[in-house]
Amino acid sequence: MVWIIVLAVVAIIVFAVIGMYNSLVGLRNQVDNAWSQISVQLKRRHDLIPNLIETAKGYMQHERGTFEAITAARSQAMGAKNVADAGKAEGVLGAALSKFLLTVEAYPDLKANQNFLSLQEELSSTENKIAFSRQAYNDQVLFFNNKTQMFPSNIIAGMFNFTKRDFFEIEDTTEKNVPKVSFGN
Amino acid sequence: MWEQIRANKRNSILLLFLMAAVLGAIGWTIGMAYVPNPNGGILGLGAALIIWLILAAVSFSSGDAIFLAASRAVPVEKSVNPQLFNIVEEMAIAASLPMPKIYIMNESAPNAFATGRNPQNASIAVTAGLLGRLNRDELQGVVAHEMSHILHRDILFVTIAGVMLGAITMISQIFLRSMFYGSMYGGGRRYSSRSKDSGGAQAILLVIAIVCAILAPILATLLYFALSQKREYLADAGGARLTRYPEGLASALEKISQNTVPLSVANKASAPMYIVNPLQKEGMKLSDLTSTHPPISERIKILRGMSGASFTDYSEAFKNTTHSAVPIPSSAMKTAEHIEIRQASSQQATNYKKQTRDIGDIMQMAGGYRFINCSCGLKMKIPPNFSSSKVQCPRCGTEYDSRG
Repeated sequence: MVWIIVLAVVAIIVFAVIGMYNSLVGLRNQVDNAWSQISVQLKRRHDLIPNLIETAKGYMQHERGTFEAITAARSQAMGAKNVADAGKAEGVLGAALSKFLLTVEAYPDLKANQNFLSLQEELSSTENKIAFSRQAYNDQVLFFNNKTQMFPSNIIAGMFNFTKRDFFEIEDTTEKNVPKVSFGN
Repeated sequence: MWEQIRANKRNSILLLFLMAAVLGAIGWTIGMAYVPNPNGGILGLGAALIIWLILAAVSFSSGDAIFLAASRAVPVEKSVNPQLFNIVEEMAIAASLPMPKIYIMNESAPNAFATGRNPQNASIAVTAGLLGRLNRDELQGVVAHEMSHILHRDILFVTIAGVMLGAITMISQIFLRSMFYGSMYGGGRRYSSRSKDSGGAQAILLVIAIVCAILAPILATLLYFALSQKREYLADAGGARLTRYPEGLASALEKISQNTVPLSVANKASAPMYIVNPLQKEGMKLSDLTSTHPPISERIKILRGMSGASFTDYSEAFKNTTHSAVPIPSSAMKTAEHIEIRQASSQQATNYKKQTRDIGDIMQMAGGYRFINCSCGLKMKIPPNFSSSKVQCPRCGTEYDSRG
């Protein structure tokens, strides 16, 4: 009788450990998956920029400084090694791009160019996708970090070396004080 | 949110069996009405259960295809409307879901719905009128609402319920009509019994069968409607959270509610799938019981009353607006998240003439037309059955390859 009870308790503990371990692995995979989604979008942003500059160059001869800033920020961002560095570099690039898109407003010929318009839609969508994939990634990281720090799953996390992950923060000063643009008719 | 997803999966199964019971009851009474002994009842019951099995299989495997075909939605390529594709992709990323298939309905009434078995096999359909009327933020709000339906697994539930409801209505209709015409031409000969004294009992059974056949579709509809209202609020909350911008959805709902063109492809069975009830006009408040959707004005007021973009913010705004129980599961509000509302993206001024032209263009592109922009500024629209491989610009005479 005693043996059966002991066996049952051991079985319950073993199953609980397996369950917690599996859910931790699942969460960690989701974090990795969300990160790869961000990388895909960042790469897409980097790929779009040369096209955009090529199209805009002919119309905006007096904005060489803007183009140079974007190109420099792009190569900086492409060379980033870790999450924190990437966040910083992408922030600079994002700021340069949004400044560029504001400058475009002064060039009606460029704004009427069909090719440029579709590139602009692609770029602003990519910007959105970066923001949304960052949102999804940070949600997953929060979920995963909570699991690794809360009792009782923190014991399993400690045993199997599940370490807490970094949030992806894009450092951006312009994001907080966006200039008001109005398109009155 | 897991609580809601699990509850929805459970509800889908429950609904399947409830519908089985209703179908069985109809089958049994109809069987009894035709053949007034237990054999007839069992025969009817058997037939009903076979129909149920077929329906269950059909709605699992191709319920979405049925609804898409019934609403005349056509699958489209990215080139037809790149912005719509981008927005759907953005929302799929925000919800961490695979990219759903995209359909466009050739309708000028603005509306949208989502369907499918699971997130891996989901579709989102929007009308050309919706694409033409809404700006980017508003369209994003609508797509986010539909994406929330997919995320919450509402789509399977609504699809199964729609197919089952349609079937129950159809069987009852066939029975009622056969009774009507049978009594008109056959003079009730078919229903005469072998023994004289069971005639009275059969007449009673016949009356019960008719009452059942009339009541069953109504009951099924009420059940369906009661279950779909809460989902709309939840999808609104989920949409606001995904976009971080409740105003987009609110102003989209406002524009949709101002529409006066009815959606011709919608019917009773598919009505709960749409973002806004396609059959009922605003202001025509029948009763909350028979409406698939909460009143639009209320949904807009709640969205505009949100101080952040989280589920907690939505439930607070909900309490302030309706003073009734919050439809959000408590598990969604456990983590005290604070989500700030983002800034509006740049808006273009509305131009109604251009809007009408855009809607026409979208309809033609979805219908397989190819557009060629001539260097002289003329836009040529090549119909899908255009046979020649060359096309000449009527203004400047430049020749183009009509197949691209």
